[in-house]
Order: sequence, then structure tokens, then C-alpha cells
Amino acid sequence: MCLGVPMRVIEREGTNGLVELGGVKYEAGFQLVDDVKVGEYVILHAGFAIQKLDEKEAQETLSLLREVFENST
Amino acid sequence: MKYLDEFRNGELAHRLVTKIHQLAGDREITLMEVCGTHTMSIFRYGLPTLLPPNIRLLSGPGCPVCVTPNGYLDQAVAYVREKNIILTTFGDMIRVPGSSSSLERKRVREGNVQVVYSTLQALKIAGDNPHKRVVFFGVGFETTSPTVAASLVKAKREKINNYLVLSAHKLIPPAMEVLVSEPELNIDGFICPGHVSTIIGAEPYKAIAEGRHIPCVIAGFEPLDILQAIYMLISQIEKGRAEVGIQYRRAVRGEGNPRALSLLEEVFEVEDTYWRGLGVIPASGLKIGDKYGQFDAEKVLDIEAEETKEDRGCICGDILRGMKTPGDCPLFKTICRPENPLGACMVSSEGTCAAYYKYGEV
Ligand code: SF4
Repeated sequence: MCLGVPMRVIEREGTNGLVELGGVKYEAGFQLVDDVKVGEYVILHAGFAIQKLDEKEAQETLSLLREVFENST
Repeated sequence: MKYLDEFRNGELAHRLVTKIHQLAGDREITLMEVCGTHTMSIFRYGLPTLLPPNIRLLSGPGCPVCVTPNGYLDQAVAYVREKNIILTTFGDMIRVPGSSSSLERKRVREGNVQVVYSTLQALKIAGDNPHKRVVFFGVGFETTSPTVAASLVKAKREKINNYLVLSAHKLIPPAMEVLVSEPELNIDGFICPGHVSTIIGAEPYKAIAEGRHIPCVIAGFEPLDILQAIYMLISQIEKGRAEVGIQYRRAVRGEGNPRALSLLEEVFEVEDTYWRGLGVIPASGLKIGDKYGQFDAEKVLDIEAEETKEDRGCICGDILRGMKTPGDCPLFKTICRPENPLGACMVSSEGTCAAYYKYGEV
């Protein structure tokens, strides 16, 4: 039930907005996040954006994974 | 799809599995994934078959539907009997059997139960039906309770006074504390719930990591996320360390989500509450605080529920504590199936019995 899905913000006005995943649009409440802009990604849970996704951190997690292998092989 | 596909890369996953085999050696390790969404991912991607046999993954109590005791269901069912009430809730709760009925059966008969995907939708139903009372039956952990808090703040501001909440919300860290104290379980590390942690951050797990010397890693939900979290846990165990690590960095900050946390504080008060399978856990429930008392269904409505009976023969409770697996239940797959569930662990799409049923026992 804590399912949350990364979705791209396509519209936002105050606490109301629209997010999109694979071409499907969903309404989203932005009461729980502040600095989210159109084009950025959020985790959508039960109709609310609960956190902004951090592109840099995502890349770092992936490069950390690759590094583990490079150092060991 | 961005933020999903990259974390499903099969080649990286296989290399990570090899590393886990090397690092674990023949050490016996028991890890618990607290969250039901993790349980589903673990089964969907067949992770138990990839891991060495000496690494045991236990499913914990992190399915909110499963741990909600019958008393709340019976209360919700009792509300539905009233003609001037519309009961709203998430789809997961509808089919859960209470002592003698379920909301689904009531929905068919009385027609005043509505499934919503968001509390904002429940609030809208209240706005559209000013002559009725609209009760939202709220079940969930720290991921979900802020969305309920947000709806209450909006209801107060917009004076939607016929909106009420029956709050059965629970907190995850106190339940983890209880499991740590079970000597039979012997948990060596926790895979901590990613989306609960987007809200609460890393701090609340410190008591378990540092105080009880059990490594904790907050993990995302894709296969690479979970494997990397397992790798991080085994690295800590191997070095004799016990810290709170964050694998799911793209979504979890150390301090959590301050705005959501302050909403929780504004609306709710912490109370002792009963968990199916775990009993009463101190300071583990959220009830609506006095400031929002006018929206608290339990305070406002004086409608008595039937006497609560717990399920006979269902061993959900032991499964939620990690003591037993569905295979130990004689009703599993014989009488209890997803289309005719006897217990909450089979009803909920992320209950352990439902996961074993869908993906087979591993
Ligand atoms: S299989 Fe059904 S009856 Fe058995 S523990 Fe699971 S939910 Fe309960």
C-alpha cells in the first residue's frame, strides 16, 4: 500500500497539478512538497506528490554500483 | 521509463548477485524486509532464488491492511449501516473480512461505500454531498498519513464540516523495535521501507542500528535497489558495523520530508495501538488530535460496532511477526485463496500470503 511511482510533473498551479507516466496523466496534490517545478519527477503516492526525485543522486547510485565491479575485477 | 528501467538492468543485477555470494561466504544471515511493497518486488523478480541459501529473507509487518485489527473494520462496517453516511476508503480495505461482514458485501447491499484513490477525492465527495456525512477510513503508515493530514487541513480551511476520518494509521519504527526483541527471530539486518522513509528520513532507525546494533538500509523497490541494499547490509555485518544506510538516495533525504512531518504533527497525536499479530505497541498509532477533533469519526459519531471476533484458524499474526510462512497454514491455497480470502494477509495485494500464492513458494 506504500506503492509510489516516479512520475513527471507536466502542470502545476499551487497545490494542484498533473503528472504523467508512459503517456497517462494523473491528478496530483502538491501539499506535501514545495520546490517542485514542471519537468521534474516526483514520487506519486495516493494522489499526492510525496517527494521530489533527485537526478544527481540517481546517477550516483548507478555509478556506485558500476564502480563496485570495476574495483573488484 | 525514467527512474525505473535503469534500476532493472539485468546484467548489473547478475554481477551484484555474484558479489553478494562472495561477500556472504557461508555465513548464516537473516534479513527482514519490513515493507509489503518490498515483499512483492522480491517475489516478482525471483530474488530469493538468486541469493545464496544461507541468506534468509523474512517478510515483516509492513502491510497496513494486514495489521489493521478487526475492530476498525467492524467500526467501518457499522458506519455503513447508517443511511446518512458515505464511507470512503482505498481499494485495498474493501475486501478485508471483519468479524461478520466486509465493506464489499455492505457496498453491494447498501450502496454507500465508495473506493477512492486519494483523500482529495473523498473530500470532494463530501463537498458534493453536504447533507451527508462522508467518512474516510484511513489505514496506512507514514507514507500515507500525511496525505490524510493534508485533507484535514484543507477540510478545515474550506469548512467542509461533513468530512470525517476514522484513523487507523500506524508508525513503522515502534513495530521494528518489537521484532528486534523477539529472540526467536534473530534478525541480522533490516531492509527499511523506502517510501515510509521519504517522509521520516533516516533518524528514526538510529535506535535500532546504534542502540540494538542491527544494521538498517533504506531501500528502493526495483531489483537493483533491493540487491544493492542487501549488499550494503552484508558489508556492514561483515565489518561488525551497525548504521543506518540509505540506498534509495534519489528519493530519501536524511531529514525526510519536513513539510509532511509538520503536517503530521499539526493534525495527529501519537497513541498506543493494537496491531494484528503484534499486539499493543506503545506510541505506534496516530489518532486525530484535539485541534482537528471535529473531524474525528470516533469522537463525533456515536455508532456502536458489533462485538469483535478474530479469525479462526488464520495464522496471519505469526506470519506478520516473521515466525511462520504461509506454507505453515493448513488453509493456504486449500480454503484460503485470493478470490476467497480468509485473512488479511491474503486479501491485500501485498500481503505475504498473496505474494506466496501469486509467485509460488520459494
Ligand atoms: S493463508 Fe489465509 S488463513 Fe492462512 S494465514 Fe494466510 S491469510 Fe490467514
